[in-house]
Amino acid sequence: MTKKDPSGGLVISPIKNGTVIDHITAGEALNVLRILGITGSTRECLSIATNVRSKRMGRKDVVKIENRELRTEEVDRIALIAPQAKINIIRDFQVVEKKGVEIPEIIRGVVRCPNPGCITNTNEPVASAFEVLPKGLHCLYCDWLIKDDIADHII
Amino acid sequence: MYHIISIRDLERKDLDYLLDRAREFETGNCRSCRLEDKLAALLFFEPSTRTRMSFATAMARLGGRSISVDSVEASSIVKGETLADTIRVVSGYADAIVLRHPKEGAARLASEFATVPVINAGDGAGQHPSQTLLDLYTIRQSTPIDGLDVGLLGDLRYGRTAHSLALALSLYDVTLHTIAPGGLEMPANLTLELRERGMEVIEHENVEEVVQELDVLYVTRIQRERFPDSASYYNVASSYRITPDLLSGVRDNLMILHPLPRAGEIDPAVDRTPYARYFEQAKNGVPVRMALLHEVMQ
Repeated sequence: MTKKDPSGGLVISPIKNGTVIDHITAGEALNVLRILGITGSTRECLSIATNVRSKRMGRKDVVKIENRELRTEEVDRIALIAPQAKINIIRDFQVVEKKGVEIPEIIRGVVRCPNPGCITNTNEPVASAFEVLPKGLHCLYCDWLIKDDIADHII
Repeated sequence: MYHIISIRDLERKDLDYLLDRAREFETGNCRSCRLEDKLAALLFFEPSTRTRMSFATAMARLGGRSISVDSVEASSIVKGETLADTIRVVSGYADAIVLRHPKEGAARLASEFATVPVINAGDGAGQHPSQTLLDLYTIRQSTPIDGLDVGLLGDLRYGRTAHSLALALSLYDVTLHTIAPGGLEMPANLTLELRERGMEVIEHENVEEVVQELDVLYVTRIQRERFPDSASYYNVASSYRITPDLLSGVRDNLMILHPLPRAGEIDPAVDRTPYARYFEQAKNGVPVRMALLHEVMQ
């Protein structure tokens, strides 16, 4: 969790109810929010800390979302860019559930296919769909393979 | 419901089964296999001669009928209709949909919205499984596929027929020789995938260095638009042209295939050699597509 000692130079207030996403890969907090569909126009009260010192990771990002409990299928989508993330569900200031993220076998609507000729990049009523393979993300429509820089293709 | 979308969806036993069925249709041993009360919708949103006509012929030979859309201009696509909506509507008219579309993955999308079987007749630079089946069928007419040395020549970067055929051949015990000009080599991802599937893939720059080792030479068109100017196109295209002189010393059983249309990559004089099989290959489109249509609609 976030360092609570004011002398450490960084404090994020505890939240009463909601979700804390801890141990996000440093620099990926905003991409995590994009994947979760939380943008500047949504109503959630957010706290975001980036490049926080971490014993385990060196540096990490932390996101706190008040009054919203993320479902497992929502948080698993962030595993692509933050595989070590830990999800804490908070109720009345207490952690009532703590879980890691699991990379799903298929991700839908999270990543845009880089192939301009792919049918998912048209006005058709379908979301992109990728099979998660050890060598990268395989488009289930056009067979394109995204090997790296996945964050660049997040919708 | 049975769709034919991609060679990746098929296992070797599926390919062998479909090729056996095509053989039955070609030899007339499946006279009871009719589709007399069936209607196929041929939706071709991209130019095609052989594929569209051979599907229509196959349907007619089976006693069935077909309805068709032959261009984007003649369809509601120009009014902004999505492919998904078109497919939903046409599902209500026909017993199967044969789709050619310029976008990759279009047939996969169509299969998600259709309430009747979909056969992919080519989607952009993506898959063209019925072409691959007739390629395999033509090879198997002469010889078992296992143990062959197969050369793929031409534009292996963008050529969907070469990609589909390579994937299908990886299900057999075949050594693949890729022969492509610089910049038009087979995509590294695909070569890696073929090797991961256990296939031996040998890359060549010149056809001369390998032609005498081949049982099958599969020639594809080198597209002019891939080159910055006409001079560089003609330079490359001429060095990949198959001529009778090139074929001296080749194996007696060599077969030369081409998905057609050709644009100068095979000298017409080669047509008179015993190696030329590309017109038989085109003809084989009918029994193979009869087998596919019957399989999805029976």
